[in-house]
Amino acid sequence: MRILVCVKRVIDYNVKPRVRLDGSGIDLANVKMSMNPFDEIAVEEAIRLKEKGVATEIVVVSVGPLKAQETLRTALAMGADRAILVMTDDEVEPLAVAKIVKGIADEEAPGLIITGKQAIDDDSNQVGQMVAALLGRPQGTFANEIVIEGDSVVVKREVDGGLETVKLLLPAVVTTDLRLNEPRYASLPNIMKAKSKPLASKTPADYAVDTLPRLKTLRVDEPPARVAGIKVADVESLISQLKQMGVA
Amino acid sequence: MTKILLWVEHDNVAINDATLAAVTAAGQLGEVTALVAGLGCDAAAAAAAQISGVSKVLKADDAAYAHGLAENAGTLIASLMAGYDAFVSPATTSGKNIAPRVAALLDVAQVSEILSVEGPKTFTRPIYAGNAIATIEATDAKMVITVRGTAFANAAATGGSGSVESISGAGETGLAHFVGADIVKSERPELTSAKIIVSGGRALKDADNFKAILFPLADKLNAGVGASRAAVDAGYAPNDYQVGQTGKIVAPDIYIAVGISGAIQHLAGMKDSKAIVAINKDEDAPIFQVADIGLVGDLFDVVPELTRLL
Repeated sequence: MRILVCVKRVIDYNVKPRVRLDGSGIDLANVKMSMNPFDEIAVEEAIRLKEKGVATEIVVVSVGPLKAQETLRTALAMGADRAILVMTDDEVEPLAVAKIVKGIADEEAPGLIITGKQAIDDDSNQVGQMVAALLGRPQGTFANEIVIEGDSVVVKREVDGGLETVKLLLPAVVTTDLRLNEPRYASLPNIMKAKSKPLASKTPADYAVDTLPRLKTLRVDEPPARVAGIKVADVESLISQLKQMGVA
Repeated sequence: MTKILLWVEHDNVAINDATLAAVTAAGQLGEVTALVAGLGCDAAAAAAAQISGVSKVLKADDAAYAHGLAENAGTLIASLMAGYDAFVSPATTSGKNIAPRVAALLDVAQVSEILSVEGPKTFTRPIYAGNAIATIEATDAKMVITVRGTAFANAAATGGSGSVESISGAGETGLAHFVGADIVKSERPELTSAKIIVSGGRALKDADNFKAILFPLADKLNAGVGASRAAVDAGYAPNDYQVGQTGKIVAPDIYIAVGISGAIQHLAGMKDSKAIVAINKDEDAPIFQVADIGLVGDLFDVVPELTRLL
């Protein structure tokens, strides 16, 4: 079985984003960029399925600028077999990304598509579900555990209130939650090896996808700031403060 | 008049608070028809009809809708959307699962987790873990929207007089099957609607401490219990306790952070709380930069004392 994994190059999760003063967006100049953490978990899960002998080939895909090659090389160094970069300098909305992924899936015929549940930049949480809809296939979102059973995948999902288990007919789309696995670090030999793994370069037009935005961002603002309040010296002072707030 | 189809989250009997907040948001856009899909969901449909601001209820009672499977629900919703201008859902795990599927079936760009309605097609929503707020205008003919529950007041659960109409959808797609659920039943208030939350971090050191230190305080305050991602990852608390960018978004009157350093992604989930109290032994912990009241001290001394004296 072939697994398709979708990854996005985003601001590193340790970096605090700065809003541009003119309200036009986030300042990404000279900011450290990394693979979206949920997508790293997706790559790791695909590799584990290959190590278990369930998957035979892992194809990793990214839609983004030339520099997204670095993100794909990271996935290849972790253990993916080959990569496809669908290159564009435009900001591509989840629906257009999903259409591109559908185009790739039509060509590659994967048994499983895995991606992060959301990207930590736009926090949309849409692509996996949209890919599943466009392909007319089932979806296992917010996965905590994935087990392949014959022609199905059993997905334990993190939901409000606890966990839920669904069984999906393959091919299926799975989106990862935080506790699915802990992604490995790429070793230096594997990083070197990844440089010679195949990386195909495509454009949205190759999949006949129009990436014109459907959502207009009118402006981007800083959220209302919270200011630090007071520090109290002991539990009694804390209780008297809480009492003023109507507690106890 | 703009016509809105609203996804109702329910357990076949009662409707949750996140849905009531979504009714408020939907009501700012137009006339609200509530969709109650389930199995044996008469009571939930009747409850939906009582919500102030709901003009009509569509009830789809079928085994295919018993567990809210997105494959079946998405097809049902998409088939109804010819008669509506927008689909609105609470941004719960169920809404987040279903709405993008509907959006893709309709070829519509979804607006996720709106914080406010600024115009007929204009909304604000958080991006970058709430470190920025984007004002977004939708341009598609129809809209698909999820609503952050803490950003809108709950619609009154009673006072409405909507009619209930039974409908049938395409039913079972056969793509997905519900196997089971492990839902934690708790006597404590739900995190997303609790007035007070006591939340614990990695400094609690293990699952036994988490319970022994935090639960008595939460019981005394009738508070919900939350946790940081670090505490959940370390196994001190179950996943549904997690507050943060990718966990639950909460906005209680008082949020008491115990042994939580205050990582960006945690702050994203709780910084809209009315008041934040932080207890941490590291006086430089970032949590103190957002806390209204801070107490620097060892939580293993401070919290039991607080519980005793309250």
